[in-house]
Amino acid sequence: MRTQHANTARTAWLIIGGLLAVMLLFAGCGSSDDDSSSSGNELQKIGKGEGQVNLISWAGYVEPEWTKPFEKKTGCKVNNKVAGTSDEMVQLMRSGEYDGVSASGNATARLVEGDDVDPVNVDLVPNYKTVFSDLKNQPYNTFDGKPYGIPHGRGANLLMWNSDSVTPAPKSWNVTLDPSTASEYKGKISQYDDPMSIAEAAVYLKAHNPDLGIEDPYELNDEQFEAAVQLMKEQRSLVGEYWSEAEKQISSFASGDSEVGTTWQYQYFALKGEGKPVAASPASQGFLPEEGATGWSDTWMISSEAEHPNCMYMWMDWIIEPEANAQVAEYFGEAPAQELACDKTANPNFCTEYHAEEPNFWKRVYYWKTPLADCGNGNEDCKDYNDWVQAWTSIKG
Amino acid sequence: MSHRLAKLFHGRPRLQVGALLAGPVGWLVVGYLGSLALLLVASLWSVNAVSGELVKSLSFENFEVLFDEPVYRTIVGRTVLIAALVTITDAILAFPIAFYMAKVASRRTKAILVVAVLIPLWSSYLVKVLSWRNMLSGGGLIDWMLEPLGLSGPGYGNTAVWLVMSYLWLPYMILPIFAGLERIPNSLISASEDLGGKPFTTFRRVILPLAFPAVVAGSIFTFALTLGDYITPRLVSNNQFIGNVVFNNISNNLPFAAALALVPIVVMIGYLLVARKLGAFEHI
Repeated sequence: MRTQHANTARTAWLIIGGLLAVMLLFAGCGSSDDDSSSSGNELQKIGKGEGQVNLISWAGYVEPEWTKPFEKKTGCKVNNKVAGTSDEMVQLMRSGEYDGVSASGNATARLVEGDDVDPVNVDLVPNYKTVFSDLKNQPYNTFDGKPYGIPHGRGANLLMWNSDSVTPAPKSWNVTLDPSTASEYKGKISQYDDPMSIAEAAVYLKAHNPDLGIEDPYELNDEQFEAAVQLMKEQRSLVGEYWSEAEKQISSFASGDSEVGTTWQYQYFALKGEGKPVAASPASQGFLPEEGATGWSDTWMISSEAEHPNCMYMWMDWIIEPEANAQVAEYFGEAPAQELACDKTANPNFCTEYHAEEPNFWKRVYYWKTPLADCGNGNEDCKDYNDWVQAWTSIKG
Repeated sequence: MSHRLAKLFHGRPRLQVGALLAGPVGWLVVGYLGSLALLLVASLWSVNAVSGELVKSLSFENFEVLFDEPVYRTIVGRTVLIAALVTITDAILAFPIAFYMAKVASRRTKAILVVAVLIPLWSSYLVKVLSWRNMLSGGGLIDWMLEPLGLSGPGYGNTAVWLVMSYLWLPYMILPIFAGLERIPNSLISASEDLGGKPFTTFRRVILPLAFPAVVAGSIFTFALTLGDYITPRLVSNNQFIGNVVFNNISNNLPFAAALALVPIVVMIGYLLVARKLGAFEHI
């Protein structure tokens, strides 16, 4: 018995020793690793298609209705991988196995900074000319003056509520963010489970606490960030559910467990379709609460290691081709990026309903972008995305 | 060729065993220990805040954050506490069931019960958790059943996580205890009775000490499974468990996720050391 124990102990020490040795080996290899793969050059001429293209996209962006005609026209077979979050998209793009991605604004800067994507030569994308001009040259799709992608479409994060139990209809985010108003719906508030939600608090504070001097809800210095985080911490005890999957929020609104909160068009229309009593800010308010809202504007980017660059360029042109762009916008429930798409929608009022052609509406939407230490106004003291992630963990507790 | 191979192995037992074990042992070392070593190394790296690329130089920064930020202590504490509660609950629920199966039930009933315990393991984990999510929702099955008593269900939260996990991992507790109890000869129980031991005394002084290692073995399953789960907390509560924070960090801050993932490993090593002291591995 004794000797057996001694043997076991020796084996255990041997294993630990081995582990340490392997660890040091890896650490040694690791430190000598450096990446100076600065390609950074855009394509000059589209050649013959390579026969396929590998995409990463949000659910609903790549569907047979518009990929089949594309495949037929170009001979490029579309292989699509649906990603659930921006973080996942960035990670997948790092693998170098994909040609392009439909990146939201909170992923684009990270992809550019990591040399994972190349600038786009927009001369090779004829349909780019008629993309809405307020979607071009934006801070989340243009870096160092170079366009890094093709705008796909845009939308706002809506305020949704249960029209039976939340009356009168709220006009402001105070129903979810102002502790005194929101406490009326304690346990019934639904909040998007993502660090980017801190920007919702910043949008609210920008309108209601001008002393903080918030200009851009994604460029927050210590004081501004602290105030926004504090607001989200106060909201914590009132939140009934943090949702990350759209289906989870739909089930809570359908069962009545959630009554008011942030949502995407997708959930709103899904619940409407099921005949549930839900409402969102009406047209008279421009579909937005009075403070404005956060939103997204997605961009197709091309990988710096794309194996099928020609097909990827053809895809980027195809997705903003008027008919295809109208199809994807209506399918997903977002405003199209292509001006001419508004004539091609199945619902003739689609662009009016989604305010696609109203620049004034979009001025009140703060598109997601990656929070960086560089505030964009010469200061370097803003909170970066890692700070946002850490803060989100402590908000949820 | 095969003849030459046979000749090579003939009369060399060590070589035979070595060749036989090379595959599985290699797999164990590379697949399990290797990935563990990688995890350790990755926890010492950091990421570039802007691009999110790995910076492969060694520092203890991640562990400093882990110790300095009170939120991580809360999360680790919550996870370990729920894991302990689930383990105790399952032990209390499983013992009588296992005892009935091993010592009381007829052959036929025993077979039926073993199948009944195993059947939940055949259905999808997600289906089970989502059913619980529906049952626990406001006005759901549990609320409806408690309503006549003037009570309401626990809703989503830590209690819900405890309930669901206790349900999910119960079979992993029943089976080892059942196996442990089956090994106790009935003659020992009879002997205790012959010597004037009352049923409770027999249970306390004969059955429990003999079955205890089996309970500890079962508790390793329930404890470790609860410690690592992140889907149940996400679906039936708003609270973060270790797994949730690992998941949230895995794509934008892999080194920090790795550092946090080491916490349950350390907790588990401590648990296994205690379990060994209690004799859980003596019959393995």
